[in-house]
Amino acid sequence: MIRLRPQHLLSFVAIVLVVASFIAPPGGDEPRGVASLFAFADSQFSSWFGVLAVFAFILGGASLLRTHGRRVRRREGDWKYSIVTLVSFLVVLVVGLGKFGGPPGLTGDPFSPEGWLTRIFSSVLSPLHATLYSLLAFYVASASYRAFRIRGWESSVLLGSAMIVLVGRIPSIDSWTDTWPTVFGFLRMEAWSLWLLKVPNTAGQRAIMIGVALGIVTMAVRMISGLEKGQGGRK
Amino acid sequence: MILLLITTVLLVALIVRSILLTRRGRLVNVRPLTPVEEMIPAIDSSVASGSPVLFVPGTRDLDSMQTVAGLSLLDQVARACAERGAELLVLVNRSLVMDEARERCRIAYASVGRGDDWNDDNVDYISDDPLGFVARVDGVIARRRPGACFFFGFFASESLLLAEGGHQVGAIQIAGTASAVQLPFFVAACDRTLMGEELFAAGASLSGDAALLGSLVGQDQGKWLVLILLLLGTALVTLSALGWAPAGEVWTVLSGLLPEG
Repeated sequence: MIRLRPQHLLSFVAIVLVVASFIAPPGGDEPRGVASLFAFADSQFSSWFGVLAVFAFILGGASLLRTHGRRVRRREGDWKYSIVTLVSFLVVLVVGLGKFGGPPGLTGDPFSPEGWLTRIFSSVLSPLHATLYSLLAFYVASASYRAFRIRGWESSVLLGSAMIVLVGRIPSIDSWTDTWPTVFGFLRMEAWSLWLLKVPNTAGQRAIMIGVALGIVTMAVRMISGLEKGQGGRK
Repeated sequence: MILLLITTVLLVALIVRSILLTRRGRLVNVRPLTPVEEMIPAIDSSVASGSPVLFVPGTRDLDSMQTVAGLSLLDQVARACAERGAELLVLVNRSLVMDEARERCRIAYASVGRGDDWNDDNVDYISDDPLGFVARVDGVIARRRPGACFFFGFFASESLLLAEGGHQVGAIQIAGTASAVQLPFFVAACDRTLMGEELFAAGASLSGDAALLGSLVGQDQGKWLVLILLLLGTALVTLSALGWAPAGEVWTVLSGLLPEG
């Protein structure tokens, strides 16, 4: 008797999904006959992933409570931060489940504008997000500085391209360069900048996309055939 | 759609053929990936300095192939850490990924006879929220000061926030993503970067497994197939534009076989 292993299940589902994408493509005509079966399986498997993810969310929450709870109990390093994590997690969980301030009941929207959960998001989480996100401006500057330092011809090309794009994207540069004599038209950085973005940049991005597509197909073959041992293929 | 189906079948056939050939003992020569070659020295350096090794398998769930590719690399990193006695910290922002990462690390440590050294809590689930996740990872980097940071998988705006956090503590940083938009940030902020398809090849390359390496040979042959198709399409469109009617007719037929959009 053949014993069903996770690998068999993975291969079966993957093959069904691949076949479904060809005979019942999303956005195509209404599938009929066998195609409708594959389309049904496709939609069901996607829904099942959602259901699994919900259960995994409970797993994640339990892991977070256990890990940080233990840190606080044992007074491990940085245990005070764990208190902040635990309190934040529990407060949001209770407020969300209780639907405080908003319409109660099972059908009540926890994200109603007058709900406490919405207030927590808009007055605590959003400012924290904005603060962290604003760091990007400084990080971009420091990372660019390191990348543009002249170390060889490659970084010189990078620096040159970056300067052209930077200068070409200056707001209202058109109104300034429009006043130039026609003979200096080839120096218009906005045109050079547009060309760099449209031609070499698009070509490079497409090359990466083609390579990624090939890599994904190879990875999928390895997973379906059970060569990738960790992903369900473990014995 | 028919052309896409034929190309996919051809690609799969090339990959399967290469795997079978290498399984029968044919030796394969795979182009070495510099970032992959530098991963083990980076772990050695962490061990020498007594610092932990940090691994982030992207910020997407298990339904993303980039996450799967990142986890495939985690197998190899965990094994290398187990062999050298390095402390491995894996920070994740999806609970399914946490479960999978714990299982993989457990197997990797057990496979080198150090199953007792592994602690599941070293795989830490933080938050599904990307910026909350970044805040904690950067906090861990600042406090634990890892000697090597590995970022493999899908990353959005968090790529630079993570990589700069590692740079500030002087960690050796190796990253890899197939997200073309985020690649420049990793290239600028990390010591080495796996670009695009290299992310999917790295796990196989590092494992040294003959069948997995064979799949990479098939992938390279697929590139030639794509190149031929590109040149054919370019030639047909150019000749058609120059007024050669048969080329235009062939192109009309072929482009009709492609999926819309």
